[in-house]
Amino acid sequence: MNILVFVKRVPDTESKIKVNRETKSIIEEGLNFIINPNDEFAVEEALRLKEAKGGQITVISVGSEESLTTLKKCLAMGADEAALIKDDLKETYDGLRTAKIIARAVERKFPAFDLLLFGKQAMGADNLQVPSMVAEMLDLPQANVVTKLEVDGQKGTAVREIEGASEKVVFTLPAVVSAQKGLNEPRYETLKGIMAAKKKVVPVITIEELGLSKEDVAPLVEATKMDMPPARHAGKIIQGTPEEAAKQLVSLLRREAKVI
Amino acid sequence: MFLVFVETREGKVKKSSLEALGEAKRRAVELGCEVNAAICGPHLGCLHPEFFSYGASKVFLLENPQLAQYSPQGYVLALHELVGELNPKAIFFAATAMGKDLAPRLAARLGVSLASDCTKVGVKDGKLEFTRPIYAGKAFLSFTLKSMPQIASLRPNVFPLIEPLSQAGEVVKKDVSIPDGAIQGHVAEILKGTGEEIDVTEAEIIVSGGRGMKGPENFALLKELAAIIPRSAVGASRSAVDSEWIGHQHQVGQTGKTVSPNLYIAFGISGAIQHLAGMSSSKVIVAVNKDPEASIFKVADYGIVGDLFQVIPALKEGLKKLFAEG
Repeated sequence: MNILVFVKRVPDTESKIKVNRETKSIIEEGLNFIINPNDEFAVEEALRLKEAKGGQITVISVGSEESLTTLKKCLAMGADEAALIKDDLKETYDGLRTAKIIARAVERKFPAFDLLLFGKQAMGADNLQVPSMVAEMLDLPQANVVTKLEVDGQKGTAVREIEGASEKVVFTLPAVVSAQKGLNEPRYETLKGIMAAKKKVVPVITIEELGLSKEDVAPLVEATKMDMPPARHAGKIIQGTPEEAAKQLVSLLRREAKVI
Repeated sequence: MFLVFVETREGKVKKSSLEALGEAKRRAVELGCEVNAAICGPHLGCLHPEFFSYGASKVFLLENPQLAQYSPQGYVLALHELVGELNPKAIFFAATAMGKDLAPRLAARLGVSLASDCTKVGVKDGKLEFTRPIYAGKAFLSFTLKSMPQIASLRPNVFPLIEPLSQAGEVVKKDVSIPDGAIQGHVAEILKGTGEEIDVTEAEIIVSGGRGMKGPENFALLKELAAIIPRSAVGASRSAVDSEWIGHQHQVGQTGKTVSPNLYIAFGISGAIQHLAGMSSSKVIVAVNKDPEASIFKVADYGIVGDLFQVIPALKEGLKKLFAEG
């Protein structure tokens, strides 16, 4: 099986995000960056499929040169190859733009594949757009937010989460699948893996090389404002025994907050 | 004209789709245009007549036996054809599991960008201005789209329904032709959870547990509490889920789900940054925790410093009594 996995470098989910209101962007200084946690599930799933069926895993990222660290991590986890599509534009929050770059890269540089694996969404933009968009651009079936994946020959079966239930999706390969928590437990890199990853050369592909012009990749999302969420303030601490406090809470929720 | 994709499940229209219709109606009135709705499926004859009172003046039933089960490719085919015919100014989806799966695929087919999971829609210089949480709610981004039509998915539980209108509407049936091989994947089966559970993203009230719940068996207490509260669901912190006390579908926070219920009650949750990001847009927050220094109290409207195992039974009794009284 030939699997392409797409990963993104994102701010650590444990970090506080600060906003520059003038440039309408987040302040990156002082932020710790990690591999998008949803993408780790995708890498892990690719490794498990390879272990079961053999094949080749190539991990690809669209981003600045700093994303090389993210790709090296994936190589250390066990991926065979990696490639960086160099994009120096900061976060655009425009899923279509990323999908265009990825779809073109797949067509031009990685045309032989059985499966395109993604994380369900990048933590940050939180768009949940790119996998479906790439699937449409390449005319492939899609299974998003999956918690179970089985591949048998040219057929795939996935379980994806819906409201209060899940649904079983059947599809033919090649296909796009996006991973989420529940699919697997990502492994840690081994020391041997880290050493091997160090030696691997990660090719860098430019957007121009993909035959995309500046206009082709101009963001269509025009930010008008970026802000912090409205500040919440500590409210009332209800005193008394647990029984008294609970009773008073019920009354406050009904009469004051009017939410029950 | 605004077009709203209306989702049905087991023959019933989803409430979040009616919310999207309502918001489309409000913005369409501002821009002086009407709202149409589109539904996909086989034999869509049995629509509830109240449907039109939620804002649509025309409903398009896109029919084909192959649309009986949801398939992103089949549904996009049907919608794309209709969009070509109607040339709408904007297309709204509810940001449900289906909406989030389908809207980007349609946007890509149309070659336009998409505003996902919006919590506010306004009008700026004749265009729609969308606002949505980013970094799971640690920041908010407002923007316009340079591409047309303007497509957006709207977060469930955020946009109010409109006051029902006494308008009748027109139903237009359309047979969708689906070429052989166009659908390469589809839903084969719905796997039900335990009964009629409401998802945390759709619940109006969430009772959520963290490390302080001490073990998987104690989540039964929260399930019992949720069972007596209408439209409620059980949530959980990342550490509770990572300890396998409850399924990942219940996880609230940046690494789980971002929620905006009317009421969020956090039991034994300390309030890690990534958890607070996922729930701090809740209208009212209640925290119950032994530790008076827990960060969760900094965002809570009401707090009880105490033993949750004593508070939960008392709260259950209090709520039972309240709901019995009506």
